[in-house]
Amino acid sequence: MDPTKWGFKKSLWLFHLNAGACNNCDIEVLDCLCPKHDVERFGMKLVGSLKHADVLLVSGSVPRKVVPDLIEAYEQVPQPAVVIAIGACACTGGIFKDGYNFAGPVDKHVPVAAYVPGCPPRPEAIIGAVVKLLGTL
Amino acid sequence: MASTLGLVLSFLIFPGLLFTAVIGLVTQWIDRKVSALVQWRVGPPWYQPFADILKLMGKEIIIPAGARRAGFLFAPMAGLAAVGVVSTMLWLTNMHGTGFVGDLIGVIYLLTIPSLGIILGASASSNPLASIGASREMKLVLAYELPFVIAIFTAVTKVSPMTLRLDGILDYQAANGVLLGNASCILAFIVCILVVQAKLTFPPFDIPEAETELMEGTHIEYSGAALAVIKLQQAMMLFTLPIFLITVFWGGLVLSGWGILYTIVKYVIIIVIIVLIKNTTPRVRIDQAVRFFWGPVTVIAVVGMILAILGF
Ligand code: SF4
Repeated sequence: MDPTKWGFKKSLWLFHLNAGACNNCDIEVLDCLCPKHDVERFGMKLVGSLKHADVLLVSGSVPRKVVPDLIEAYEQVPQPAVVIAIGACACTGGIFKDGYNFAGPVDKHVPVAAYVPGCPPRPEAIIGAVVKLLGTL
Repeated sequence: MASTLGLVLSFLIFPGLLFTAVIGLVTQWIDRKVSALVQWRVGPPWYQPFADILKLMGKEIIIPAGARRAGFLFAPMAGLAAVGVVSTMLWLTNMHGTGFVGDLIGVIYLLTIPSLGIILGASASSNPLASIGASREMKLVLAYELPFVIAIFTAVTKVSPMTLRLDGILDYQAANGVLLGNASCILAFIVCILVVQAKLTFPPFDIPEAETELMEGTHIEYSGAALAVIKLQQAMMLFTLPIFLITVFWGGLVLSGWGILYTIVKYVIIIVIIVLIKNTTPRVRIDQAVRFFWGPVTVIAVVGMILAILGF
């Protein structure tokens, strides 16, 4: 196996992007990093800069104002990188799908590799999604 | 010719870049594992830092618009080379007793170059957060260099006859017991541990790369292989600085028989002290850090120096 690809699978650095979420999904993402679930076991950690990220965790329904920022954020992540849509809002729009300012969902603007439904999804579901995604890379 | 080749090899492979990088990455794993245990987590597997570096090697390098391309890419290399040279010098001195007059001063200079490289690279990246990080790093360097130099020269004063050669200090310690047995050098050692914390930009002195407010500050714009170079350089610093302290204060590296075990124990003790300080202190502000280093720390260093002159 290609060593850089092996490294990629073993060391995913996450950047957490709130695209108009109600903050509940974001709390569940942080739960994954807490001692109970501890995703650092799999080499995942949160990074502060988009330039260091391998995975963009996008939550929220993407209101119209956020669209340019979402696209710019995606373009700033160095390739190879994947996007994961966290929560019902990010996957389909959820309860906001008929909102006057709704411009999503996420996959209308950037390519999404995995969807995690739920409002909010459980931390186990998020970890499960990442594990399934790693199997397909 | 053969000796030139030997020198090049010892810089590139053992005990220079390659060896230092490997042990440094293992040390970084110890750091992450101990941090995880302190926080009641399991922590990453032992190959984690290696996987990080391999992954970064395969990623795209983004050069921000408006950045000075050459400065941005070459600044981290200077730091990496400097740490490699320091590591080679320290190990060769410890193993074969090859030193030259003033190599101690050379080591002190070279240990500043990684910080300078980071400052250069951050200033070249045309990012406001990176320049704030660079200015903070600059203030931090100004703050800790004074007590650091005083502390190192406490050891020089204690050695008789006074010498600026690392192997001279090692010979004295081999004949008269380690310097850490003296009151003055204990004070100097404490000062050095604090300075090492700042040189590694570990909490409480992680002000230049404050994650929450500056988003990694000085290396916010680095990606791919350039970021890998920075990570490697940090790992190598984490390995080289404790070795330097052991050489100056704690009898050096003994690489035969039981000495190997003793050397590893010394190294691990210093690393664990550093990691525990890192995990139990919050970040201070830059003005607090400067006041801390120029105030109490410098006073402790000067007291140590006076004690050393008085012969304690
Ligand atoms: S999916 Fe639910 S919890 Fe998540 S952002 Fe949308 S409304 Fe909030």
